[in-house]
Amino acid sequence: MEIIMSVVIGFLFMAAVYLMLSKSLIRIIIGTGLLSHGAHLLLLTMGGLGGSAPPVVAEGVAVSDYADPLPQALILTAIVISFAVTSFFLVVAYRAYQELGTDNMELLKGTEDHE
Amino acid sequence: MSLVLLIFLPIIAAFFIPLLYKKLGQIHTGWFVLLLPAALFIYYSTLLPSIADGGSRISELQWIPSLDIAFIAYIDGLSLLFSLLITGIGALVVLYSIFYLDKHREQLHNFYVYLLMFMTAMLGVVQSDHLISLYLFWELTSISSFLLIGYWYTRDRSRFGALKSMMITVFGGLMMLGGFVLLGIMGGTYSIRELIAQAPELAGHDFFVWALILILLGAFTKSAQFPFYIWLPDAMEAPTPVSAYLHSATMVKAGLYLVARFTPIFAVSSTWVWLVTGIGLFTMVWASFWALKQKDLKGILAYSTVSQLGLIMSLLGASAAAFHVEDVIGTYFVYAGFAAIFHLINHAVFKGSLFMVAGIIDHETGTRDIRKLGGLMSLMPISFTIAMIGAFSMAGLPPFGGFLSKEMFLTAMVTLTDFNLFQFDTWGILFPVIAWIGSVFTFIYSFYFVFHTFAGKHKPEELPKKAHEAPIGMLLSPAFLAILVLIIFIIPNVVGDWLVKPAVAAIQPFIYSSPQEVPVNVGYWHGANTEFFMTLGIFAVGFLMFWTLRKWQKSYDLYPDGLTLNRLYDNLMFLSDAGANRFSRLYMTGFMRSYLVYMFSFVVIIVLGTFVLNDAFAIDMNNLAPVGLYEIVIMLVLVGSTLTILFSKSRLTAIIALGAVGYTVALFFVIFRAPDLALTQLVIETISVALFLLAFYYLPQISRKEERMRFRLGNAVIALGVGVTMTLVALAAHSGKAIPSISEFYKETVYTEAGGGNIVNVILVDYRGFDTLFEIAVLGIAGIGIITLIKLRLTKKEGQHENK
Repeated sequence: MEIIMSVVIGFLFMAAVYLMLSKSLIRIIIGTGLLSHGAHLLLLTMGGLGGSAPPVVAEGVAVSDYADPLPQALILTAIVISFAVTSFFLVVAYRAYQELGTDNMELLKGTEDHE
Repeated sequence: MSLVLLIFLPIIAAFFIPLLYKKLGQIHTGWFVLLLPAALFIYYSTLLPSIADGGSRISELQWIPSLDIAFIAYIDGLSLLFSLLITGIGALVVLYSIFYLDKHREQLHNFYVYLLMFMTAMLGVVQSDHLISLYLFWELTSISSFLLIGYWYTRDRSRFGALKSMMITVFGGLMMLGGFVLLGIMGGTYSIRELIAQAPELAGHDFFVWALILILLGAFTKSAQFPFYIWLPDAMEAPTPVSAYLHSATMVKAGLYLVARFTPIFAVSSTWVWLVTGIGLFTMVWASFWALKQKDLKGILAYSTVSQLGLIMSLLGASAAAFHVEDVIGTYFVYAGFAAIFHLINHAVFKGSLFMVAGIIDHETGTRDIRKLGGLMSLMPISFTIAMIGAFSMAGLPPFGGFLSKEMFLTAMVTLTDFNLFQFDTWGILFPVIAWIGSVFTFIYSFYFVFHTFAGKHKPEELPKKAHEAPIGMLLSPAFLAILVLIIFIIPNVVGDWLVKPAVAAIQPFIYSSPQEVPVNVGYWHGANTEFFMTLGIFAVGFLMFWTLRKWQKSYDLYPDGLTLNRLYDNLMFLSDAGANRFSRLYMTGFMRSYLVYMFSFVVIIVLGTFVLNDAFAIDMNNLAPVGLYEIVIMLVLVGSTLTILFSKSRLTAIIALGAVGYTVALFFVIFRAPDLALTQLVIETISVALFLLAFYYLPQISRKEERMRFRLGNAVIALGVGVTMTLVALAAHSGKAIPSISEFYKETVYTEAGGGNIVNVILVDYRGFDTLFEIAVLGIAGIGIITLIKLRLTKKEGQHENK
């Protein structure tokens, strides 16, 4: 399972990077969204996908049977932060469009004397 | 008293200057500053008797013991002489500046803070026994010189001159640091005394010549030797007290100090003898020749300073040659070292007074242009007398101090023809000839300076101010120095015994073990020998050429402007500026895509490179979780949604597909036993999609001209690279565990230590509580950012760019 997951993660990263290199602002933001999904799955896979019980203490479950709680804690933090970043990006894109009338990154380059 | 502390005394005092300036503004700040160099001068004078007996003082302050770096103040004859010059001339310059700088119009606190900073730096240079602290003080002199030249920072020429001096001297300083490091590697120590002690072993080392050349670069840039002298004339934009102090009496002599200090180590090398003597003498004749082209009083003095520094430099080279002479005592080779130090003292004294006179003329007539000046003799009789004494001493006329050292200089140069090593037997004859030509020009520009200013016809209509004699306070310092010029002539051997001989013993420890052994007695009359006729020739030819100066001075203009070193410097500066700019623009394109490409490429290169270097590719086929049907189905949905994002025409579809990816990730969390994650992911994904759609709703125009993303190979290659890299990372991370995971600790102690059952939650709020706090902070910052972006509307203002 981990090997297949690794390939899927690579695929997600590939798609994310390809989107982020595009010209359209909204695609770039979608790309960052995909990137964080890939990163979350990567964290999960790194810890190992074994474990027959969720990491909640229960009667009759051996310590080794719990799924690894550490990646889960990291991912939980990461999900929230990626949400914050995504919404911030969206508002920046919205404002940039309002002010400048475009979402094409090539046109957002700035001018020579504007450094 | 700790000598190290004394070095830092001026810079410590500098902290109080702004306060004194603010609180006691009605008293000229210079009066407070004056106390410090005067007190230091008196203290250093008390060391004279023991040093003149051949003693030395040392005191040490640890700085970075782990790196073996310390402040070591070591005072021998050479250090003490320089310390006395720094504090003595320093005191006179401060006194002069009190009358030169107006307390109401000038930023006195800046001026004196820089000046005191310089004093510490300079004392540090001449007393440091540790190479690294010597280097630090050396650079501090460059920085304080930069600040002082740029003191009137609103003037373009000041800023230009400050930058130029900084560029050249700091370049030399860096080279010197390289030389120091090489010396440190060779000798295994950074202490100059210990290096001198093992000088014979150092000479055979591979790095020896490199260290020699690098250190000479430092000395030549600082002491304004050819071809680096070009910064000194431009440094004349500094206030005149600064020119008198830094750019003639002390800082530019740091290079001479360095050469003198390292003579015991490098004298063994023929490269050293040739470079120091040759460059010095060439600088002397070159600068004295160009001094006559100058129209600015301070310009003349700047070139004259360069020329005189060259003269002293060549004498130091000749004193290194003495190392190679057998039975040197009894020959005329002993004169070179003595003459170098003696002329160094003379130069500091007469050039200081000349600069001050130039400042007085500038102050009282409003111009330094020698073409507008003339006939000031009757209006400014005292200044004229002082200038005459200084200039005649510079020209080498009796009865002034300069005459004595000039004679010894000629003696030393004539003696070099007897030197039969290192091809001196073929080229040696050039030395007295060049020295003679240089001396002739020195004679002419000395007269040019005095008589074109004070004699001739007075032209009051060309002067911005009505000329009159300076106030008595301003005349005090130059008059004192002028009297000193006379005193040195009257009692040269007292000066010799107390100041010169201890310093000579420090330069030539291979000849003398104590100052008393220096067998030089300064006399006024040496008989009708070669030097005597050379001197007569200088006076005769010099006088004739000065008389006809106006006829041939115009021929200087024939020299093409494009061939000057200044032009070379300007072009180099321009090229490096433009080149750096063009290079930056090459990769700073302004497109975000380019920057992302750089980042992703480097991630791939660095991560894969690390993989290859550490042979970290690994696939662990055991310990795999089983593959189930649900997983396969979810995975197919995930891949399908991702492909939809990539290939959809409509952005709306892309957004919804992104949502689908998010939900499948949530399902993965369910399958891999992460219920908390699954719940959070579901909630967040829903809100995210809603947000995307909201933003999408507000960007209507864009949505209408939808098109499919065009395929771009370059992007695809980079994307594929990142994807493959991440797959490898995931495989390797799963396969090898370098250290046991902390998870086991969490699992075992979660109930006993933290009293909770949900391990993930307990980690977040208890074990790693601060992480969560900062996570909330990030959320808060993002929220504030969003509100600001939406609510805040700055009104557009036109023409706000200051740098247009």
